[in-house]
Amino acid sequence: MHAVFRTVLERLGLGLATLFIVSIIIFSAIEMLPGDFGEAVLGQAATKETVAAFRRELGLDEPAYMRYAQWIGNVVQGDLGTSFSGRNASGIDRSRPVVDLIAPRLWNTLFLASMTAIIAVPIALALGITSALYRNSIYDRTVNTATLTTISFPEFFVAYILILLLASLWPVFPSLANVDAATPLAERMFKAALPAMTLTLVIVAHMMRMTRAAIINLLASPYIQMARLSGASQTEVIIKHALPNAWAPIATVITFNLAYLVVGVVVVEVVFVYPGVGQLMVDAVTSRDIPVVQGCALIFAMTYILLNLTADIIGIITNPRLLHPK
Amino acid sequence: MSDSGQKGDILLDIKGLKIQGFSDEKWHDIVNGVDLTLRRGEVMGLIGESGAGKSTLGLAAMGYTQPGCKITAGEIIFDGVDLAKLSDAEKRKFWGNRMTYVAQSAAASFNPAHRLIAQTTASTIRAGLKDRSEAYSDARILYDALNLPDPEHIGDRYPHQVSGGQLQRVMTAMAMSPRPNLIVFDEPTTALDVTTQVEVLSSMRKIVEEFNTAAIYITHDLAVVAQMSDFIKVLRYGYEVEEAPTRQMLSTPKESYTKSLWSVRALEKKEQEIGQSILSLKGIDAAYGVSKVLFDVDIEVPKGSTVAVVGESGSGKSTTARVITGLLPQTAGSVHFDGTELPPALADRSKDQKRRIQMIYQMADTAMNPRQTVRDIIGRPLEFYLDLRGKAKNDRILELLEMIELDGRFLERLPSELSGGQKQRICIARALAANPDFVICDEVTSALDQIVQEGILKLLLRLQKELGLTYLFITHDISTVKAISDQVVVMNEGKVVEQGQKTEVFQPPHPGYTELLLSSVPEMDPDWLTNLNAKCADLKG
Repeated sequence: MHAVFRTVLERLGLGLATLFIVSIIIFSAIEMLPGDFGEAVLGQAATKETVAAFRRELGLDEPAYMRYAQWIGNVVQGDLGTSFSGRNASGIDRSRPVVDLIAPRLWNTLFLASMTAIIAVPIALALGITSALYRNSIYDRTVNTATLTTISFPEFFVAYILILLLASLWPVFPSLANVDAATPLAERMFKAALPAMTLTLVIVAHMMRMTRAAIINLLASPYIQMARLSGASQTEVIIKHALPNAWAPIATVITFNLAYLVVGVVVVEVVFVYPGVGQLMVDAVTSRDIPVVQGCALIFAMTYILLNLTADIIGIITNPRLLHPK
Repeated sequence: MSDSGQKGDILLDIKGLKIQGFSDEKWHDIVNGVDLTLRRGEVMGLIGESGAGKSTLGLAAMGYTQPGCKITAGEIIFDGVDLAKLSDAEKRKFWGNRMTYVAQSAAASFNPAHRLIAQTTASTIRAGLKDRSEAYSDARILYDALNLPDPEHIGDRYPHQVSGGQLQRVMTAMAMSPRPNLIVFDEPTTALDVTTQVEVLSSMRKIVEEFNTAAIYITHDLAVVAQMSDFIKVLRYGYEVEEAPTRQMLSTPKESYTKSLWSVRALEKKEQEIGQSILSLKGIDAAYGVSKVLFDVDIEVPKGSTVAVVGESGSGKSTTARVITGLLPQTAGSVHFDGTELPPALADRSKDQKRRIQMIYQMADTAMNPRQTVRDIIGRPLEFYLDLRGKAKNDRILELLEMIELDGRFLERLPSELSGGQKQRICIARALAANPDFVICDEVTSALDQIVQEGILKLLLRLQKELGLTYLFITHDISTVKAISDQVVVMNEGKVVEQGQKTEVFQPPHPGYTELLLSSVPEMDPDWLTNLNAKCADLKG
């Protein structure tokens, strides 16, 4: 057990190192964006002096490495800086801390992601296992075709079809998912139903096919034939003999899709007017609100790293070779 | 046991069994109308080359066919029930209960995710023969009977935590756990070293006798089958060649095919006088990373002779070959070839130094690029080393093919279109293409059937005579050593234990390890194992 614990700590350390490198990349990438924030906000009419004064006020005139050091120093203390927007030429400052901007949006995103995951992962696993069990049957083919069909359509198309069917023709769910902090849980779930369904349709295929493939891949192993020859039924063979050895690849593809739910759902957010982080980041990029863009990017990177770490850990604890060394 | 049959009653009666397998988009006959009768408590040896249908027949004795195979005719009557007519669900009541299976590779046949004792007892508990605690304590008794170390706790381990020989015995315990009427052993010791094989064979035989279990023992190793079986059935191309009691079969085989199987073991090279050394290793140490695998190895190879390097897996035989070829630079010591010292690393050797030392591998399958034709495979060293192009290259390829007893029809074939023996011949031709002086043969015959082995060995001997080649022949098989070598080097745990002329090394008295290795090689005498065990018992007593 000790060895596994050490491996996990090692991976965590590596994750932190990766995050640090990613922070440099994020910062440099934004540094390389063309155009100037001062000019973008103050407009073409602003004089050179006004722009310079504005840049000085935001600290944009300092060298890049100084700004990076300051930013990363604050980030470590939990401060993502102050948003650039809300300021204007008249000098009134209504800008808000980035953390305050991101936090409620992130909560919304995580809520939608969890809700989708709770629906999608069990469905994907169940479909994957059963289609492996009834391989090449009509059931298997139907499931494969259906999931492939849903993944083949663009997200917005699936979203609009669902709106047409479940909000317009048969009005079961609302087509707008405009939640806020005050929305009670039940209503939140009700409003998020269509976005969650859309995302489920989008991610189930990938997870289901990987589960099926991972299990079928193992069915050719000699120990599976051995299990059959010792009288195990097909269900027992799959659940008891194939599945325990298939968790690592399955966990990898599940976490990959969960990461997608956090960082890649901006289209669905736009369609359903759902106030998530994706939309916030896109808006921030348009308005050159650098601290917000950096904050979002860093959170996305962290999500990826944490989820991949989880997949690694699942891979380790389900592998007896690593869990029980010689 | 779930029934009360008497010893000598017919347990299994297979009549006119035909099995077909689907490959290359056609159905092929695998078993062509075989009859088989096995009585309670009898052990039948089933031998034949690969493709003879022996594994298929062994599995069919349990009513099982592999995916892609089907039974097309015949009956498999087990204790009055025709298994061929039952559904899978009905057959499952027999599997792991009244009949069990021991597979060739124990390492691959245990589920890596579960503890050994859970796997040992799973079928017994499922069949409701014993409850969990009874089955577990019975498993520990079986582990003890099979001479496994620490029988009380070995079952708590996972498959990767025990050795191959131990796993094979745990699998025998697993097969024995429900006290079946029939066990099918499918080449259960082929993957083991000889010294391990002896122990496993002894424990298997002991337990089969103790519980009066009938068994079908499938193998291609005649000496092994001689120890295990009451009678032997020889198969070829899915047909029965002949069947007879073991002693009679060994002393007076009737069919010429059986006789040819028997004669392979008689091949023996006449020993040559020692000439001048072409290769000498002095004080070689080598390591993979931090783990040291060779310790102060000295080997002299006389020009024009064959030096066999024998030892079990992990003894450092193949590592020695890697040092000679420069794939693994040694950490200490020197390699002299034809008077000059070779640079340790392959990258520092000249093209001519590389050309003069060639290698042939155990797995001809993986040693060739599956996408290249025979022409490309043999042509490449001709271009690289000898700068042959066009017609000169083509002529030389044909010449080489003739040397290995193949011809121009093979030029455009891919490795997948060749048989095992033909593949190994192409690998030999590829090595010869470089006009080498020294050829390292790393277990080149161990993946082949005995008759094919004989062909390859004869070919190598003929080429040696014609071209004056020197061979370093790595093998774990003593009969191969007898067939091909002049000198023998015995290795154990990275050290050279003994080295000398073949006759000297094989002549008693031997140093401890050589004695163990030689005495572990099964002989064609059916009493060999019994005598060996008696001798060991005497020594202990």
